[in-house]
Amino acid sequence: MSSTITTPQDWASDQEVRWCPGCGDYSILKAVQLLMPELGGTPANTVFISGIGCSSRFPYYLDTYGMHSIHGRAPAIATGLAVAREDLDVWVVGGDGDMLSIGGNHLIHALRRNVNLTILLFNNQIYGLTKGQYSPTSEVGKVTKSTPFGSLDHPFNPVSVALGAEASFVARTHDMDRGHMMEMFRRAREHRGAALVEIYQNCNVFNDGAFESITSRSARDDMLIPLVHGEPVRFGADKQKGVTIDGQGRAQIVNVADVGEEAILVHDESRPDPGLAFMLSRLASGPDEPTPIGVFRAVDRPDYGSQVTAQLEAATERGGPGDLDALLHSRPSWEVAPA
Amino acid sequence: MADPAETIDADRSPVEVDRVIIRFAGDSGDGMQLTGDRFTAASAVFGNDLSTLPEYPAEIRAPAGTLAGVSAFQVHISDHEITTPGDAPNVLVAMNPAALRSELKRLVDGGTVLVNTDAFTERNLEKAGYEVNPLTDGTLDHVTVYEVPMTSLTKEAVAPLGVKPRDAERSKNFFALGLISWMYTRPEGPTLTWIDQHFASKPQVAAANRAAFMAGHAFGETAELFDHPYAVRPAVRPPGTYTNITGNVALAWGLVAAGRQSGLPIFLGSYPITPASDILHELSKYKSFGIRTFQAEDEIAGIGSAIGAAFGGHLAVTTTSGPGVALKGEAMGLAVSLELPLVIVDIQRGGPSTGLPTKTEQADLFQAMYGRHGESPLPIVAAHSPAACFDAAIEAARIALKYRTPVMLLSDGYLANGSEPWRIPDVSDLPDISVEFATEPNHTDPDGNAVFWPYKRDPLTLARPWAVPGTPGLEHRIGGIEKADGTGNISYDPANHERMVHLRADKIAGIANDIPPVELTGDTDGAELLVVGWGSTWGAIDGAANRVRARGRRVAHAHLTHLNPFPPNLGEILARHDRVVVPELNLGQLSRLLRAEFLVDAHSITKVQGVPFTAGELEAAFLKELGA
Repeated sequence: MSSTITTPQDWASDQEVRWCPGCGDYSILKAVQLLMPELGGTPANTVFISGIGCSSRFPYYLDTYGMHSIHGRAPAIATGLAVAREDLDVWVVGGDGDMLSIGGNHLIHALRRNVNLTILLFNNQIYGLTKGQYSPTSEVGKVTKSTPFGSLDHPFNPVSVALGAEASFVARTHDMDRGHMMEMFRRAREHRGAALVEIYQNCNVFNDGAFESITSRSARDDMLIPLVHGEPVRFGADKQKGVTIDGQGRAQIVNVADVGEEAILVHDESRPDPGLAFMLSRLASGPDEPTPIGVFRAVDRPDYGSQVTAQLEAATERGGPGDLDALLHSRPSWEVAPA
Repeated sequence: MADPAETIDADRSPVEVDRVIIRFAGDSGDGMQLTGDRFTAASAVFGNDLSTLPEYPAEIRAPAGTLAGVSAFQVHISDHEITTPGDAPNVLVAMNPAALRSELKRLVDGGTVLVNTDAFTERNLEKAGYEVNPLTDGTLDHVTVYEVPMTSLTKEAVAPLGVKPRDAERSKNFFALGLISWMYTRPEGPTLTWIDQHFASKPQVAAANRAAFMAGHAFGETAELFDHPYAVRPAVRPPGTYTNITGNVALAWGLVAAGRQSGLPIFLGSYPITPASDILHELSKYKSFGIRTFQAEDEIAGIGSAIGAAFGGHLAVTTTSGPGVALKGEAMGLAVSLELPLVIVDIQRGGPSTGLPTKTEQADLFQAMYGRHGESPLPIVAAHSPAACFDAAIEAARIALKYRTPVMLLSDGYLANGSEPWRIPDVSDLPDISVEFATEPNHTDPDGNAVFWPYKRDPLTLARPWAVPGTPGLEHRIGGIEKADGTGNISYDPANHERMVHLRADKIAGIANDIPPVELTGDTDGAELLVVGWGSTWGAIDGAANRVRARGRRVAHAHLTHLNPFPPNLGEILARHDRVVVPELNLGQLSRLLRAEFLVDAHSITKVQGVPFTAGELEAAFLKELGA
């Protein structure tokens, strides 16, 4: 099946896309539709599962198998499908409210189990479908319909949460850079196990410009810190800034000229310990400071579904395939002879 | 029945009785469940009919010696067919004062009590709330008491094995088991074999338990405390191979069988909860059957993962108890909307909230029927005895697969942990419940193209096609949003929503044509009283109806396995009886469903004490209803 050649049209459904004009979701959908033919899979073997929220309409727009489920539960439903059907390419799509608030529990457990899923977390820091309440990633003090005096909640950093759950693959990208999105999605899809990609996504109706100070073309050089495996973590128009780890183990932004090139951290996404990746995720406390994007972590860890299958196979190898008649006679029994 | 305490036989050869009810009671740490279980197993292999009622506290170890910590196991063995664990025990084994105080009131007048006198210390008496020792103050004058220093006799028996005194004491339940096994002439082999197998990795424990068991047995034989032992002959039953089985094991095996009979791999998504966890444990063993068990992070993920697996073409199951069903409510609604096969198992326990986790109740019928938002009907199947859980599981799977619907399978704490002999079926007699996945487009669009419509229904069953991911050409999207009839595309059209609501309701209602009529037992013609029951009350109703008939009254019994939809002949049966009673372990849930559905003046008989009806209670209630 993987040799089948498809075009982006093969992956687009006949359903009219119904996001608000200008929504960041359009560019994410386009990136996925363009990427799918390059990945070599088929629509028949691909499943998109979503929860509830604007982004969760995603499956309707792809001509694959899909399920638009209930709020927060997509990672749990996808876990069942991926464990039952290892042959499928299962994607999970949802927003920050869906996967970090009502479904936060399912997300962290899918990540820690390392279920073979590609999870796209659309983070727009707002509840869009319910028309503008603050979300678990909204900044403190945010004034919304439900927080007229400003929100009090300390926000989640999705990458930190994923690393805390020891996800084997964690990346961040944003909706203004199709090439970077496609590269992150490709890496996530090619990763065996649970792969989470946080996508900074603009909600132009309820939270317009939330990421503009870091993702606009004029700001990117100074505000986005690209993480590239095996290379020093540097940014700025002339790569004049970089990241070091100080004596306390904290990541710090420095001028390269001040510390020397050799002091700059060389990014290693394959470090077994998630600690350093976590420190990188703490560099920015919100999208108004220089923020790392790219692959934070990509480590090999046995995925859940194949281990489940291995247990079934080992049991069958040991004692042969299950025999119902033998099972029903496996406990102490007695005979009653015909009278 | 013969009263064990009456006859005296000078030569001490066994006196035959037709049945006996024994209740083992002690502290939670005394191993009473195991003792009862072993006595039951030996009786089963011996060929008696039997029925059991384990009762234990929710706490793993309640404070030792207190009333709250009493754990009991009642077993009824007989030489004829029986349907309940018995109303009142003939014999009570009380391992401490708390067990005596808590359980004595259940004993029949003139019954027998065996007490472990070593446990009747001042401190234990105080913990049990006895100001005076009941062994000496006349409390037990109405029963026959055998005082046996079980702890010290056990210690003596195991002393030669070099067991530490504290460990030695732990074998005292095997002493009690040995003594009771002698009293009721149980074969020793099954118990000794079990001890050797179960404690194979701890030879000293095995040796101690063996020594304690044999000492108890020998004590009965030699102590001259007892006039003679008793014998309960094997019961006469249809030929075949029998095993003693609990409801939870039977239900798990029924699911294994459903997997085989459907030709589908099984996926169980579950979260541990009393009294359902044993089904998860049981199915987790059967990996060679291709059964995937997934202990989810919560109840919602339990059903969520099962829905995902069902989408992928597995026979999907989620198991839980009432509180878990409440948590699964939204996902059950999703499964109704997705129209995917799913078996939801509810092992009911006392509620609401945490309620009585280890006790039985039937109060989830309304939750099964209505516990979702919107109009979201689903079929309900209920097992009527421990062994019947096997067939009920296959039936629930059959309906789920054929009609592409979630099905609620109801059992309860009593069925789950209680056991009875089960004639092992011939696997070639099990029903074929196989289904076919969609493989081809099923519709032609206006342009003449072959297309796949995920909600185009089978005209007979109204089931939609089951097209699993991986099938080329049938890619489609489903979801919880209302779907257009046929295409399955999102639709907010008012008329379409009404049509879909009716279609889903009609599909479930139509299952009535595909289930057996309810069988009327007892006085099938011209009964004065019709008893309608469901689930685990079957045994007590059957027993009570027999007793009332023995008094010359005409009683019929209709017991429902299918609660939604009802069997097609139920209305007619209700209509031709003037007096209808409905015994339930709730406040009258089935009776209200019957009243609503059939406009029948069904009278409710209720009990919500966390324990089953006894046949005696129902006998009295039926007679009262008959004005007798």
